[in-house]
Amino acid sequence: MSLRADVRCVAADFVVEASIEAERGRPVALVGPNGAGKTTLVRVLAGLAPIERGTVALDGTVLDDDTTHVAPRDRSAGVVFEDRVLFDTMSAVENVAFGLRARGMRAGEARERARDLLRSMDLEHRANARPVELSGGEAQRVAIARAIAHEPALLLLDEPLSSLDVLAAFGGIAIVVTHDPVDALTLADDMVVLEHGRVTQTGPIDDIRSAPRSAYAAELVGINLFTGRLEPIGDGAARLQTDAGAIVVSCPAALDSALEDVTALLRPVDVVLYREQPSEASARNAIRGTIRSIADDGQRARIRIDASPPLIADVTSGSVSRLGLKEGGPVWASFKAVEVRLVLPS
Amino acid sequence: MRDLPGAVKVLAALAVVAVALPLVALAARAPWSDIGRLGASGPRTALFVSIEVSLAAAALSLVFGVPTALVLARSRFPGRSIVRSLALLPLVLPPVVAGVGLLAAFGRRGVLGRGLAAIGIRLPFTTAGAILASAFVATPLLILTVEAGVRALDRRKEDAAETLGASRWYVLRRVTLPALAPQIVAGLVVAWARALGEFGATITFAGNIRGRTQTLPLAVFEAMQTDPGAAILMSLMLVALSLVALVALRGRFLAR
Repeated sequence: MSLRADVRCVAADFVVEASIEAERGRPVALVGPNGAGKTTLVRVLAGLAPIERGTVALDGTVLDDDTTHVAPRDRSAGVVFEDRVLFDTMSAVENVAFGLRARGMRAGEARERARDLLRSMDLEHRANARPVELSGGEAQRVAIARAIAHEPALLLLDEPLSSLDVLAAFGGIAIVVTHDPVDALTLADDMVVLEHGRVTQTGPIDDIRSAPRSAYAAELVGINLFTGRLEPIGDGAARLQTDAGAIVVSCPAALDSALEDVTALLRPVDVVLYREQPSEASARNAIRGTIRSIADDGQRARIRIDASPPLIADVTSGSVSRLGLKEGGPVWASFKAVEVRLVLPS
Repeated sequence: MRDLPGAVKVLAALAVVAVALPLVALAARAPWSDIGRLGASGPRTALFVSIEVSLAAAALSLVFGVPTALVLARSRFPGRSIVRSLALLPLVLPPVVAGVGLLAAFGRRGVLGRGLAAIGIRLPFTTAGAILASAFVATPLLILTVEAGVRALDRRKEDAAETLGASRWYVLRRVTLPALAPQIVAGLVVAWARALGEFGATITFAGNIRGRTQTLPLAVFEAMQTDPGAAILMSLMLVALSLVALVALRGRFLAR
């Protein structure tokens, strides 16, 4: 199963010209700055927006080309909209059952299936709640359940909140629109970078990490990523031992013995730099290193630090001169254990 | 908020008094000892005709007004603004003109009336005619209310329904109409209240036939010439019915 789209379409005031491919079981992250055309592209794939030219094909079946337009209801697609767009006149379980009912399933059976799906998402107790009564995270999960209840071949997620563990259970083709590098890195295998309506880079995320082709991509994937062995050290903390040094992180509740192949992510903005060894006790990690490079755009500076492990830090341009940071000079980097996000092997 | 100029407040107070005064006067002048006369056959018959005509007219305005509102708010076609003006015309048309127009269309020699008569349907001077006249003037109110609701709808709700496999009809039935329920109810109440008070179009097109087309407003008008006390009592009955409409719209017009 695969999705292949190569389209040109005209949105309100700009043109989106993009191609995107996705395979079953290999989620694609669609990333890009605001106004890049991500939502437009999702609407095109869902059949909600027309294309000017090009093709969209799912499993070899043409959904859109010069002469064809398959209506949204006849595509096997599920969409999770940016702000969820639940039906507020229906309960959560009725929302989830909607796609089954619309396809002609009997009410009782549809409700049963919807309830099972909600149960698998730990939401059965909210089945009769109205959307206005749901928390943001609950509404998010109901929206996802609604989109996958009819088992679509293609799942389109527009800016979901983090917490997409359900994606692992979805066996079809998934495209996830996101701003969040952590989401992109943890959810997807491949990435499509869309800027000003054009694809600026596409490929496996690891390739894009090693050679980002635009400033936006560099910014997005320039995140600290550590892999190694995680062992609890008490006090709710754990040590992640990588090949190039160790860091201290929050200990997951379930962890009682060491675990291999754990990935950890840390945003560069969460790394604080000092000239002297920091004395404050709140940050569990204080690592000494040497500045390898400083990329300063006049407002923000990205500092790459040779240390164990190597780190990337984002600081204001003012801090660079205030701290007297120089390439080749010494620096202390510090970050709190709770800022590190862990991805445990499944 | 900045305080309003005194003159504005005075004018507003005058307006409220001007509205309240006739109602208070009605209650003050009413021959309350004669209240039992409302149970007499004349007023009672007029009340029943009024209820039948106003409810049927409201139902008609629902059946034709909701689709019209949807088309006006959603469809793009040449001449749309002309069609919209036509649909809303009865709002500004003098009711008596509406009555004369209905006669010209559905009267015995009317454009359509002749054909209808041939198949045995007669509208002028019948209860059905009174219903048609009331619906004619009431429907635009429902259209306006519902149209505003359609324009305020989040279309992505319908998009979502469509991606979930819903046919157009299913989207309308399960998503669009339920989301419009508050506006439809409000429009229905306003249209019903307008139909309840209808006078000009009804008397012109349907006449003033006791038991068939004589609604409460027509009965009040007739009684004013012979029995003002009865007219006042029946007016108070209409006030009571109108209060029902206000209560039904509570939260929409009141307590804002």
